[in-house]
Amino acid sequence: MVKKESEGRIVRVSGPVVEATGLIVRMSDIVRVGNEKLMGEVIKIEANSFIIQVYEDTTGIRPGEPVHNTGKPLAVELGPGLLGSIYDGIQRPLQSLEKEMGHFIKRGVDAEGIDHSKKWKFTPTVKKGQTLKEGAIIGEVQEFNFIHKVQLAPGQSGKLKDISSGSFTVIDKIGELEDGTELKLAHFQPVRKPRAFTAKLAPSIPLVTGQRVYDVFFPVAKGGVAALPGPFGAGKTVTQQAIAKWSDADIVVYVGCGERGNEMTEVLTEFPHLVDPKTGKPMMERTILIANTSNMPVAAREASVYVGMTLAEYYRDMGYNVALMADSTSRWAEAMREISSRLEEMPGEEGYPAYLSTKLANFYERAGRVTTQNGQEGSVTVIGAVSPAGGDFSEPVTQNTLRVAKCFWALDAKLAEKRHYWSINWLNSYSLYHESLRDWYVENIDKKWPEKVKKLMTVLQEEDSLMEIVQLVGSDSLPESQQLTLEIARLIREELLQQNAFHEVDKFCPLTKANALIDLVFFFEKVACDALAKNVPVREIIASKTKYKIATVKTTEDYTKLHKQVMKEMEEEMKELENKFA
Amino acid sequence: MTKLEYKTIERVAGPLVFVKETHPVGYGELVEVNVHGETKLGQVLETAQDFVVVQLFEGTSGVDKDASVKFLGEPLTVKLDENIKGRVLSGIGRPLDKGPQLTGKKFDIGGAAINPFSRQFPNNFIQTGISSIDMMTTLIRGQKLPIFSGSGLPHNDIALQIARQAKVVGEKTDFLVVFAAMGITNEEALKFQRSFEESGAIENAVLFINKADDPSVERLVTPRMALTTAEYFAFEKGAHVLVIFTDLTNYCESLREIGAAREEIPGRRGYPGYMYTDLAQLYERAGLVKGRKGSVTQIPILTMPGDDKTHPIPDLTGYITEGQVVIGRELHRKNIYPPIDVLPSLSRLMGPGTGEGKTRDDHKKVSDQCYALYAEGRDMRGLVAIVGEEALSERDRRKLHFAKLFEEKFLQQGLDEDRSFDKTMDIAWDLLRSIPREELTKIDDKLKDKYY
Repeated sequence: MVKKESEGRIVRVSGPVVEATGLIVRMSDIVRVGNEKLMGEVIKIEANSFIIQVYEDTTGIRPGEPVHNTGKPLAVELGPGLLGSIYDGIQRPLQSLEKEMGHFIKRGVDAEGIDHSKKWKFTPTVKKGQTLKEGAIIGEVQEFNFIHKVQLAPGQSGKLKDISSGSFTVIDKIGELEDGTELKLAHFQPVRKPRAFTAKLAPSIPLVTGQRVYDVFFPVAKGGVAALPGPFGAGKTVTQQAIAKWSDADIVVYVGCGERGNEMTEVLTEFPHLVDPKTGKPMMERTILIANTSNMPVAAREASVYVGMTLAEYYRDMGYNVALMADSTSRWAEAMREISSRLEEMPGEEGYPAYLSTKLANFYERAGRVTTQNGQEGSVTVIGAVSPAGGDFSEPVTQNTLRVAKCFWALDAKLAEKRHYWSINWLNSYSLYHESLRDWYVENIDKKWPEKVKKLMTVLQEEDSLMEIVQLVGSDSLPESQQLTLEIARLIREELLQQNAFHEVDKFCPLTKANALIDLVFFFEKVACDALAKNVPVREIIASKTKYKIATVKTTEDYTKLHKQVMKEMEEEMKELENKFA
Repeated sequence: MTKLEYKTIERVAGPLVFVKETHPVGYGELVEVNVHGETKLGQVLETAQDFVVVQLFEGTSGVDKDASVKFLGEPLTVKLDENIKGRVLSGIGRPLDKGPQLTGKKFDIGGAAINPFSRQFPNNFIQTGISSIDMMTTLIRGQKLPIFSGSGLPHNDIALQIARQAKVVGEKTDFLVVFAAMGITNEEALKFQRSFEESGAIENAVLFINKADDPSVERLVTPRMALTTAEYFAFEKGAHVLVIFTDLTNYCESLREIGAAREEIPGRRGYPGYMYTDLAQLYERAGLVKGRKGSVTQIPILTMPGDDKTHPIPDLTGYITEGQVVIGRELHRKNIYPPIDVLPSLSRLMGPGTGEGKTRDDHKKVSDQCYALYAEGRDMRGLVAIVGEEALSERDRRKLHFAKLFEEKFLQQGLDEDRSFDKTMDIAWDLLRSIPREELTKIDDKLKDKYY
């Protein structure tokens, strides 16, 4: 299958784009460029030459230097040992790179994606003579807290001739098919082609993030796509990190695509010390990090999101729920633009290539909850941060993302400046998953959930229209009932929407607790309305002290008792007022 | 290495020279173009079998088809050793003072990216002696914290003041300022030089100065010279280095100019599509490396065209840097110096780099409290303009008054006033005492007992 390697020659070098000739190549083949054998990918074939995008710095490379074809497309190595790893954009472990070349990234260094020397205890789950299809699970390996299900690689199928149990490295032979195919713990998978699955399932289970504004107002389904656009300083990265930490995904793949180096370091230093609330194990053991910071080669940045996606799909095929965080897809799009402009392609909007929307759509369509080839159910949820130029959401990357993303979490710089976190604009954001998740919420949280959420939204919308009047004439001139609405809206904003990612308890809010907090707000509304009806002046109600106790409930771990008590206190306080003004 | 000379210039356009029929030339190689005895430096932008595109740092003025071109077989380097301390150099490292040419080991100015795994998370601060920065947007070692300014605002005075006063407190480590000026006027250049020399700050500083009438391409080299110098002292010599760039807007203009000369497809507002990557290659050179003592901290200054924060230069910068310090035109009009508007300013690394043992136990809380009170006080001003001060409640009036005092007492300080951190905090507490204790909701009782 693999063509014989031959040698070509470089004819032109322009930054990461290299033109070469004298070699038979296919599109997307990985080639080795120059005397230092830099890694590159064929991105264009012309009459007598072909164009390569090189994943490493090309300084000093000259025309005339050799080019070799590996005959394979860009692929990642899949197998036990991926979890807890930290990679650059083309699956080279940053730790190995540090060992090879010190603290600064140099070039021409190859590193294996997973450790080839480590031994894993393999237990087969199939027997000799069984006929197996592509993707079938042939056995298990314990990887941290996870059962790593070893699968037949793409293209492999047939009758099992031999399989053994014991300790193996990822390149040892663990078995054989009748046709002579050797089986191993690891296999290679091209990154630009989605991994096969049997069927896509409806997005009917939410990805619970532990962050009220998302879970309550704008939920994303497991297997769904959420877009998170926002200007700088609005909290994209903090949001991504919080979801990576607290969401109920089994496995998190975090792609830092063209972002800050210090930020990645923060993740790298913080994650090993964080504990997964579900399992009690270190957070790092369920995480794969891909760090291709903004000053690392731009072509590798372009590849990094595909590498991340392929790793996510691999764990999906074992039946896990995977969350893929891409921060930021704008940098990925810019990498495409940079390469495209070096190829002198006809540009589309704002200099982005005309195929931008196709590429984005193809990428996001790889998300989904699926029945895998081996009959399991797994999902890949994608949360893509977008960094729109000038904070203007009408720019091409945001707009093309919105065409495929069903969840739009619009970050708002004004809210961030007011220190309102999460700074999600509740009027502009939306989620199209409310309907498909409805049954889940009704069954698992509260029968009245959909109505409650709708009511919360109505209050917030009403506040928005009332504020226009307030800004002109002041709130005193509003009817008393509307003044109360404003107060309820304020409670919703401050007690439900706002959440402190750095507070020991509040950083993670289970859905049942969110529901209890909603009940508290509505309970206050009820007793307050009753009081208002009994002629208590609205300013007395607004001056209520008990309503501030919602905040205490919010920051208490074991809140059930306190919850009841606060309700009682609210009721008593209003009763007192009623008696006073009776 | 072949160092053949060619007289095969085919075309000259803007800062670019197209040379044909050369030996295979490496991408990014340094080039010398000899025009009637004058040597101009350049760099290979594109190399092919039959032609090479060279970008000349000192402009192409005077270059003709007879000029000879020599390829040096290595990328642009700067020579570095301890002797560079106290020097004043041009944008490409030629002496502007009376000193000799640079000596020492050659360093490639391109710089390699720090492996994110090898970085150390920045967690300690640099004292600038400017209250609004030290308390509200603390500068952290290894951080890149730009100053967003506008034309006509005193950002250069602030830069000089920081350069003179910046220090690391409580540690016996060398501290060095590398100052890179791009596209500044002769008058400003003189002022910078004088300020450094008169205050003695020059002893622990290196100045790279590219003037407005110097070739604009040279500007693309200047910050890289400065950063390479900074990295040398930080990671080889273990010093804490503060790099100040002014004005990065001029750098970006040059980038656009080169892009246009190469007939590249422009991105937003004519700036090249790779401007993000290019800026990142500068900004990301700030940081700390595991197991090495020093640090590189950056303060890039940029003037926002039309004070517009969404302009590509501040916009792309904001996406890369760890916060920003914003200079406010309104404050400047009120004669407040330094006119730092703390509300839109932010230091993202402030959390881990401040607090007990680093700055002070009450730092974060006091900063939050002042921020909240000042923000509310400023909001009141809008209201006062409509309804008058009498209509405000007692409490709101206090906030209004706080905002005024905050500007006059806290923000305002002299050009040469180097405030210690304790002094800054004392002023803040003086102001906070004008507010009843129970209204200071962001500060807990323990700290209030200690300081209120």
